[in-house]
Amino acid sequence: MAASSYGLIATFETPAALYHAAEKVRDAGYKNWDCITPFPVHGLDKAMGLRRSIVPRISLAGGITGFCTGMTMIWWTGAVDYTLTVGGKPLFSPMFAFPISYELTILFTAFATIGGMFFLNGLPMHYHPVLKYDQIKRGMDDTFFIVIEARDPRFNLANTRTLLEQAGGTEVKELEA
Amino acid sequence: MAHVEQAALPAILGEVKPAVFPRATLVAHNRSFSWITDKICGIIEGKTPTWWWWCFGVACFVASFTVAGLTYLVATGVGVWGHANPVNWAWDIVNFVFWIGIGHAGTLISAILCLLRQKWRTSINRAAEAMTIFAVVCAAIFPVFHVGRIWYAWFLFPIPNYNNIWQNFRSPLEWDVFAVSTYGTVSVLFWYIGLIPDLAVLRDRFQAAGNKVRSFLYGLFAMGWRGSNRHWSNYEMAYLILAGVSTPLVLSVHTIVSFDFAVSLLPGWHTTIFPPYFVAGAIFSGFGMVLTLMLPLRAVYHLEDLITQYHIDCMCKITLATGTIVGYAYAMEFFIAWYGANPNEGFTFVNRAFGLYAWAYWIMISCNVITPQFFWFKAVRENTTMVWVLSIFVNVGMWFERFVIIVTSLARDFLPSSWGYYSPSIVEIFTFFGTFGVFSVLFLLFIRFLPIMPMAELKAVTPQANVHGDHDDHH
Repeated sequence: MAASSYGLIATFETPAALYHAAEKVRDAGYKNWDCITPFPVHGLDKAMGLRRSIVPRISLAGGITGFCTGMTMIWWTGAVDYTLTVGGKPLFSPMFAFPISYELTILFTAFATIGGMFFLNGLPMHYHPVLKYDQIKRGMDDTFFIVIEARDPRFNLANTRTLLEQAGGTEVKELEA
Repeated sequence: MAHVEQAALPAILGEVKPAVFPRATLVAHNRSFSWITDKICGIIEGKTPTWWWWCFGVACFVASFTVAGLTYLVATGVGVWGHANPVNWAWDIVNFVFWIGIGHAGTLISAILCLLRQKWRTSINRAAEAMTIFAVVCAAIFPVFHVGRIWYAWFLFPIPNYNNIWQNFRSPLEWDVFAVSTYGTVSVLFWYIGLIPDLAVLRDRFQAAGNKVRSFLYGLFAMGWRGSNRHWSNYEMAYLILAGVSTPLVLSVHTIVSFDFAVSLLPGWHTTIFPPYFVAGAIFSGFGMVLTLMLPLRAVYHLEDLITQYHIDCMCKITLATGTIVGYAYAMEFFIAWYGANPNEGFTFVNRAFGLYAWAYWIMISCNVITPQFFWFKAVRENTTMVWVLSIFVNVGMWFERFVIIVTSLARDFLPSSWGYYSPSIVEIFTFFGTFGVFSVLFLLFIRFLPIMPMAELKAVTPQANVHGDHDDHH
């Protein structure tokens, strides 16, 4: 049974119940587990022991790429590839290249941020054991779940079930892989 | 955490007894999470209301005027517009700036208010972002079609062409191409990322209801969202960064639009006040449009618990603040024209107020400077009909502002021998009138098929979302 099981899922009715249960699961030393919430619960990252998201680093890389792209494009097209003097102005100046480089910084940052978010989250992933749970619709609405995966080294069907029940979870069920 | 902070409060507070401001209720009547889901999803899942079909029919009819105007323009040439020396730039750029400005309130609400932690934005940000995108669509029509041969519109972008000549990157018009296309793209991305959790809700609801087609379509765009907190962690960070980059973006877009004028040498255009003045005007007009759209929506769908009087008050106050900034800018332009002692500049401003286009100038002043002042009064802000009527005046006034700036300066330039008077042709009137239809068609489709409010964000600002009891200001 355990081989075909993805893990255990427990239901919590309120954000506070979920929050305190998450602290217990974290303190029990589990690593491969997750909370399912209909909205971002304030402070839950801390209760789960999650580290700060690294999306900003990807965004920064995107922003720097965007700025350099703008500057390089304007310099190469105007001062290298086809030089054309307009209004006696220099062929290249970071001054007139700035507005476009600024916009490209923002454009590339936005794409890097969203792309980075999808990449870190492993999305799109349209099939996932959690999505097969028959109560998942409620998890998108007003209910909260904790899922502990079977691949977690500390996972043990009986003990993990007891932990979830002691933490206040109801309807502790096994999820099919 | 909270008790630590309470212990650290200075003792003086006990003596001075500061006034306690109650936190505004953002979701009235203590509604539950599932009430919010049912309310918002119910709008999409219910039968299409009759009024929707009537509005959609009228909107399509109005939009057909744009199609007619543009078809005639492309088939004939830009000469069908009323432009003639010296006014070679008129309704096309007026309408462009008008629509782009409307979009700005959407980004302000979604980005700047997000960074400022103004939680009241959650009720209106989705619809306001949709408004931004549709306004950018309407705005883009004008610069694209004013080139005449639109099949060459790609010359605006640095794509190698057979002349081997690149764009003139020194020109503010080229900056504008990048500013507006970035603005449109980032607005769509921001809107979409906000939609993902709500699309997942709809996916699961339609699946439970047995509607496989719609469940598939919503599910496709929901990217397999499953409400995982590990995902929310990255998602919230990404959302915050997008808000962070959209803020300088929205300020830069209308700044660059104003560079189209400010970088030229024409009296009345060549002024350093333009960037902040245009940005304030854009937000002013955008909030006018948000009120115009949200108040009927609130009445039709009975959203009074989600768009409360507090929300309307906030929007009215921002309209008042930005409208007053715009009024100040009008006064400052006059002052600088006099103080600068440049005869051409001085003449331009006297001509604006008392010349051939004085009628347009005074419509602008009455709509933009006088109208918002009514919002000082609580009785006015609480009268929804009155707020709606005033918001229409704001929209009218801001269109006239662009008309006054652009046309009066061009019609009376340096050489009296080249002075002229501009009137729009019927083709321009058709094209512009029709854009309201284009906008309405898109907006009606939006309220029919997508959640008009961000359910996840609304749930997060309800009192029961708080895991620490009745206070949430300890961070």
